[in-house]
Amino acid sequence: MKFTGKAFTFGNDIDTDVIIPAIYLNTSDPEELAQHCMEGADQHFSVRVKQGDVIVAGKNFGCGSSREHAPVAIRAVGVSCVIARSFARIFYRNAFNIGLPIVEAPEAVDGIQEGDEIEVDITGGTIRNLTKGTAFTCKPVPPFMQELLDQGGLINYIMKKKGNRR
Amino acid sequence: MGMTITEKILAEHAGLKTVAPGDLLEVKVDLVLANDITAPLSIKEFKKAGAQKVFDRDKVVLVPDHFVPNKDVASAEQCRMVRDFAREQNLPHYFEVGEMGIEHALLPEQGLVLPGDLVVGADSHTCTYGALGAFATGVGSTDAAAAMISGTAWFKVPETIKFVYRGRLRKWAGGKDLILYTIKDIKVDGASYKAMEFSGEAIENLSMDDRFPMCNMSIEAGGKNGIIVPDRITEEYVKSRAKRAYQCYTSDKDARFGKVREYDVNRIEPQVAFPFLPENCKGISEVGNIPIDQAVIGSCTNGRIGDLRIAAAVLKGRKAAPYVRLIIIPATREIYRQAMKEGLFDIFLDAKAVISTPTCGPCLGGYMGILAKGERAIATTNRNFIGRMGHKESEVYLSNPAVAAASAVLGRVAGPEELGL
Repeated sequence: MKFTGKAFTFGNDIDTDVIIPAIYLNTSDPEELAQHCMEGADQHFSVRVKQGDVIVAGKNFGCGSSREHAPVAIRAVGVSCVIARSFARIFYRNAFNIGLPIVEAPEAVDGIQEGDEIEVDITGGTIRNLTKGTAFTCKPVPPFMQELLDQGGLINYIMKKKGNRR
Repeated sequence: MGMTITEKILAEHAGLKTVAPGDLLEVKVDLVLANDITAPLSIKEFKKAGAQKVFDRDKVVLVPDHFVPNKDVASAEQCRMVRDFAREQNLPHYFEVGEMGIEHALLPEQGLVLPGDLVVGADSHTCTYGALGAFATGVGSTDAAAAMISGTAWFKVPETIKFVYRGRLRKWAGGKDLILYTIKDIKVDGASYKAMEFSGEAIENLSMDDRFPMCNMSIEAGGKNGIIVPDRITEEYVKSRAKRAYQCYTSDKDARFGKVREYDVNRIEPQVAFPFLPENCKGISEVGNIPIDQAVIGSCTNGRIGDLRIAAAVLKGRKAAPYVRLIIIPATREIYRQAMKEGLFDIFLDAKAVISTPTCGPCLGGYMGILAKGERAIATTNRNFIGRMGHKESEVYLSNPAVAAASAVLGRVAGPEELGL
């Protein structure tokens, strides 16, 4: 799985209230949530971001609440992948469960600036900074987790597996 | 090699004799929880998977508490979805307005979580139940849906960090201060993916109402779970509430801990967490002059009867400062009734407080006390992230109930000592 897009950079400890403020949690509609994605850090993120763009952040991305609305909003706004120094535990699980690719890659985070064109290959475990002409390695996402992402999340993945067994 | 209480509970629920940190397990869950914000997503996934029935209707708990009573039309629609699902599945543990309370105060109070249980909840503060000696952790809505369908979940066994609290608590300091101090020490990701086991003389002397906040805020250090080995105080709390058998586990003498942190509790004064992270703590004597617009006493962290008694002790015969809104939210109806019986409501009303029906409300910026641009609140809640209680440019300071009450009276962040208490 490969993604190419522009980098939007954020700092450490980006919490789920920043990703999607709770005032908007009176809905679970992905399109509505997308309109307010990252509003706590960048009021106009949902307008500026283009399909395929990449979020690049510091440590502990997604800390705080267990709201699955956070990765749902990121995915729905068009972000193809989140690269961070590290992820908070519940967010990490939720992201894969709803089909949002995320990668832990501290060196890549250090080598990417706002606006850089990034290519992420989660199968091969490489991140290229096309603007700067640099490359970084990251742990490849294991095949079953890639299939989970391919299927758009855990429930679809389980349903497909069930279907195959019949 | 011995095991920690966390490892023992996970092993028991995986049907194994022993487990070690890093092992991947499939475990049986004793309870699955979701609320009005997280349940709708779980229900959508449940339906998408083509599931017909929950694995065990006695073990699925739904508590609309975040935006309830419905704060707007959209919330009403979400609650209806939860209600319809509860009705369709004939769930005995669905808590309608008039029965509900804040989930993490309500479930222990109703005896739905007991020592030795394994609980997953689609709410990050599910870790609160560790105070009962249970393994409890927050998950997303999809994981919760999977657990509702299968009655199982998968986990990596976490390494345990042991926290030892020596000495006696200072006057006006409580469990909230111990956990804030701990988060200040290890930072907001200091226990990422880890179990946090709280122990020592100060914990042994701590009431349940002071233990719950400690486990509750273990997620604020990134912890997978917080836990306290059950003792006579736990037994005392549980025995009148339990409607089924339960098991109390302890950590073995030779259990393996990834790290041990020790604190001298005599030196921990009431803490205040400054915006915008719970780790930004200062002792109350170091806060300086911080005027406030609002004080909130409530939430799954500090909305229990013990918290309200402390607030009342500070507020008795005093009033909130001019232009300061004091909002008190008993976490459950039982707590509400008890506070009323004890005459605490008179003290609160005389202090110009408003007393709300149980709700998470302002803690997550839902309703019942939203902050305007530039406003500042002190709150006994658990998070002070950017925009947590309202406008992006508002601020939340976290404290225990004594400090929140004293701050309301003085109109600035301050401890009860400044009132001569």
